Order: sequence, then C-alpha cells, then structure tokens
Amino acid sequence: MNLHAVGVVYRKELTEWLRDRRTLISTVLVPLLAFPILISGMISLSTILIGSAKKEVPKIMIIHGEDSPGVVDALKANKEIEVVPYADNWKDQISDKQIRAAVEIPEGFQASLDKGTPQTIQIHYYEGELKSEFGAEHVEKSLKAYRDDLVKKRLEAKNLPDSLIAPFDTKQHNVAPPEKVGGSTIGSMIGYMVIILSMTGAIYPAIDLTAGEKERGTMETILSSPVSRLDLVLGKFLLVFSASLTTAILSVTSMGLSFAYMGHALSNSANTSGAGIHMNLGLTSVVAVFLMALPLSVLFSAVLMTVALFAKTYKEAQSYLTPMTFIVVIPAVASVLPGVELNPKLALIPILNTSLVCKEIITGTYHWGSIATIFASTCVYAAIAIFIAVKTFQRESVLFRS
Amino acid sequence: MIDARALSKRFQDKKRGEIRAVENVSFECQPGKIYGLLGANGAGKTTTLRMLATILEPTDGTAIINGFDVVEHPEKVRASVGFLSTATALYPRLTAQEMVEYFGRLNGLDEPTLKKRIDDIFSRLDMNTFRDRRCDKLSTGMKQKTSIARTLIHDPPVMIFDEPTTGLDVMTARTIIGFIADCRDRGKTVIFSTHIMSEVERLCDHIGIIHGGKLLEEGTLTELRAKHNEHNLEEIIVKVVGPLANAEA
Repeated sequence: MNLHAVGVVYRKELTEWLRDRRTLISTVLVPLLAFPILISGMISLSTILIGSAKKEVPKIMIIHGEDSPGVVDALKANKEIEVVPYADNWKDQISDKQIRAAVEIPEGFQASLDKGTPQTIQIHYYEGELKSEFGAEHVEKSLKAYRDDLVKKRLEAKNLPDSLIAPFDTKQHNVAPPEKVGGSTIGSMIGYMVIILSMTGAIYPAIDLTAGEKERGTMETILSSPVSRLDLVLGKFLLVFSASLTTAILSVTSMGLSFAYMGHALSNSANTSGAGIHMNLGLTSVVAVFLMALPLSVLFSAVLMTVALFAKTYKEAQSYLTPMTFIVVIPAVASVLPGVELNPKLALIPILNTSLVCKEIITGTYHWGSIATIFASTCVYAAIAIFIAVKTFQRESVLFRS
Repeated sequence: MIDARALSKRFQDKKRGEIRAVENVSFECQPGKIYGLLGANGAGKTTTLRMLATILEPTDGTAIINGFDVVEHPEKVRASVGFLSTATALYPRLTAQEMVEYFGRLNGLDEPTLKKRIDDIFSRLDMNTFRDRRCDKLSTGMKQKTSIARTLIHDPPVMIFDEPTTGLDVMTARTIIGFIADCRDRGKTVIFSTHIMSEVERLCDHIGIIHGGKLLEEGTLTELRAKHNEHNLEEIIVKVVGPLANAEA
C-alpha cells in the first residue's frame, strides 16, 4: 500500500465530492435538517391537532334514555358536550364525523338504579379518531361525575363516610433519573436514525465513485494510471467513509440540539412539565453513540461501494442499493420494537447490535462487555467488507461488465 | 519498446461460453516508430491494447513494455505508458489543470516538476485559456487536449492510442493525428488502432491486421502492398480478412 497514492486519490475524490450538489444534499443537508424538521413538525402537528380537538365541543347523541331523565339531564347539563337529537343512523354519523360519540342508555336504567341493580351504559366512538376519543372522554367524565354524585348521595342518606368506597389510595413514584426517563422515551429511535442517516450519507458517494465512474467513462482513465487497485479502492473508500461519517456527526449533533430544544420547549410547557418527559441527552451519550456508529459507517461504505461497482450506470446502482436500504432498516427497526433487548446472540448481529447498544447508551446504561463485543464484531465485519471491496475492484468481469 | 509475446485473452460469457478475444498475438514496436493495429469491430484491437496498458491481464502470454513485464510489473508498465482512447473520459467536476495534476501526482511527480511540466504542456497545446475551466464545461477539442496533456504529464516513453479519433470532428481529429506524429518524432514508441485508412497511410511505420483475435498479417505498408499486389489499404484488409469473415458468416 502506498499512502501517498491513497492520499492523492482521496484528495481528488474529496474535491469532486465537495462540488457535487447531489451528494452534498444527502450528506450535509438531510442530516442537518431532518431532526429539526421532524421534531418541530411533530410538536407543531400535535399542538395543532390536540388544540383543535380540545377546542371543539363534541356532538353527542343519546340512544334511548327516555325513561331515565336523571342521567340524560346530567349529560345535557355538561357544557363541554352538545347533545343532539337521536337518529337511527348514529353509527354512520360517528363514522362520517357528524357526531363524535353516542351514549346508549339501557331501557329501564333509572328504575334499575333505584332498585340497586347494576347496569352498563355503552359509549360508542371511533377508535383512532382523536376528536371522537375526546368526545367519548367527555361523556365518560360526565357519567362518572353523575355516578360519584349518586354514590355520595346514597352514602349521605345512610349516614356513611365517603371512605367506605375508597378505603385506601395508590400513587406511583418514579425512581429512574430524568436522563433515563428521557432516554427510554426517545432512545429507541436515536440509534435507528443515526444508522439510517450514516447509510444515506454513504449511498450517493458510493455510487458516484464506482458506477458513476463507469458511466462517465473515467474508470478506464484511472485504471490506466500507475496507481494500484488497492490504493485506488482505499482512496475511494476513505471518501465514502468521510461522507458517511459527516452524515453521522451532523445527524448526532442536529439530533442532540433538536432534543435539547424539545426538552426545553416541553419543560416550559405547563401541560407537559408534569408528565416527566426529560430530554437531557448529555454530551457523553452523544459521543458514545457516535463512536459506536463509526465501525458501522466503515461497514456501510465498503459494502455499498462493492455492490455499486457491479452496476454499469448510476440508475442501475440505485436499483441495487434500494433493496439494501431495507436490509438495514429491518434490523434497525427491530431494535425499536418493545421487548427486543441486547443479549450475547444479538450482540453479534450487525446493525441490530449497534442500534440496541445505542438505545442502552442513551438511557445511561453502559454494559462494557456488550459494547466491546459489538464494537469488535462490527470492526471485523467492516474489515471483511473492505477486503471484499478490494477484491471486487480487481475483478475484470466486474469492472468491464458489458 | 513494445514486445508482445503470444498474448491471449479469454472471457467467460454466461450465454456464449468462453470467448477468445485475443489469441496468440505477437509483435514488436520500436522507439520512434508507429505501429497501427487494424481490424473490424470486435476483432480484438481494444482488448490487445488494454492488455498492453495493463488494464486487462492476459490469460496467456505476456508483453514487455519499456523493459517491464505487463504481468509481473503492471504498475511500472503503467508508469511508462500514456493511454488514450475514446473511453478514457475526464472527471467532469475537476478543472483541466486539476485533471492533469491528478495524474501527475499519481505518477509520483514532485510538485516543482509537476508545475513545470504543466506549464510546458499547457503552453505547447495552447491550453492556458481554459486551464481553470471545469472539464464538463469544455468543448470536445478542449477535452481532447486535456486528455493528451493527461497522457503526457509523466513523459512516458510508450504511447497507446485506441481509436483516438472515433466520433471526433475533422479539426479535433487533426489535433490528435498531429499529436501522434509528434510523439513519434520525439522518439516515443507508439501503437494505435483505427478504422480510418488515411490515418494509417499517413502515420504508420508498421501495420498489423487483426481479425477474430488473431494477428493475420504484419508488415510495413510497402511490404503489404507488394505481397497482396494491391495499393489500396482497404482492399488489402478485405483480401486478408475477407475469406475468414465470409466463412464466419
């Protein structure tokens, strides 16, 4: 290996890369903007949706209840809902969003109440539809208040204390530090995002430096120079790796800042400060995630270059690499699934292991044995991938495929 | 000099099986001389020249270029060769000067030598007006000059041209032809392939006619004319290749 030649190839590739708008977009702009847009978009969208849903006075229909004026009057008295006249097509009206929910009062409800026979009131709503869920919530709250009032009156009539029906109370207390609470909320997606974006950053340079060279006719030009294939591959690989690394650094930085902003925004919000959501990621976690992503970036760079080299054109390479994105997304997504936790076997599965360990790091858990295993195994996979890339560059059938 | 010794190249094709692109081709080309390799499309010209430039490795046989074996020392061979073909394009996002500098550095030139060589070549080829222009903004003629400068930067003793004028306009083709003649006059060993007979008649000291991967005929233009009792080179090629081509058809 001639380091000078590797450096010359790398410098040239860097110059070209910095002048290429497409790779700059995928390497710099996407990771820089993805997180702020995602976070601010999520906050804005949820604020708008929840705000408008909360602002609306939901229309509620009462089914039956003619013989139970007490409960009907209690519902009508609630200013947070609007009771509309009964119609047979109430189910369609809920689906069509003309009304938000319907309350079905069983026949003889009032009489049963007086007798002390238990009865069930059904609240019909559309699950997944925010405004319908809010409507059902209002109805439930209203009925609960009516029931509590009824119980209270009955206890008073019999001269019994309120504590008779609630002899004790329960309360949950969180012992996890705020960092871990924040980490568990968002940690599962951080490793996933870093992995996906470090791959995204490597895709375009990998294509450009292999299939792109073939398509432009510069492959034969460079192969006619005295540079060895090994030096040529290493120079090109370093550029693809740099692009992947840049994307990883920018995405981690952008992510850290976005979550810091999100944490700040949420802690300033009176509605959510009590929910215990804390977004303090910490510099150590960010650096650790970045370090774990390093060997994975090497692996991505070498594999993407090798696969793209088989293609004759940019488009062909894109069609090869698109399915590869799914290969990366599947283990990365698997790590986000509830119940999937790091164990000695999973620590050897590339991508999934890094994603899982990033999840742990973000929650402040450092299992050094697992971290070392994952780092070392990913380094081994990366070294194998580089070796295959060099070998592929020496295959005439690949370089001059017709 | 170039000394091709029983060069052969076979490829594996999934549909057609083994393809013998070049079979047992031997010839010599001396410094200060131009060797013209003639043949139809698919005759084996490009594969032969690519083996000489070490872009492809021979399946059998070898070639000695400037004293180096193409199989044993491919990198030293490439350092002794300037290779130009219509397939050797330029990097679109580099300027003409950066393109030439890149190849100078890959050839191990130190910075002062590189600068001096670039100034000399750019002046000689009248390239100073576009030296800082990106290659994707250059005209065809400018691109060809930049490619020539790229092949000359390390002052190689051997020049290999694979159909260098194919698809070029008359003026650009003239620049290339002039450049090939200039290489010979400077004592370089030159080999080139072409379809254009006028170029062969004007430039070549020695001619090889290749067909089906085999070198069928070799000699000076005068020798070939005498042997086939035919003045027109195109007719000579038809006489040499024709029977085989008809048999294949």
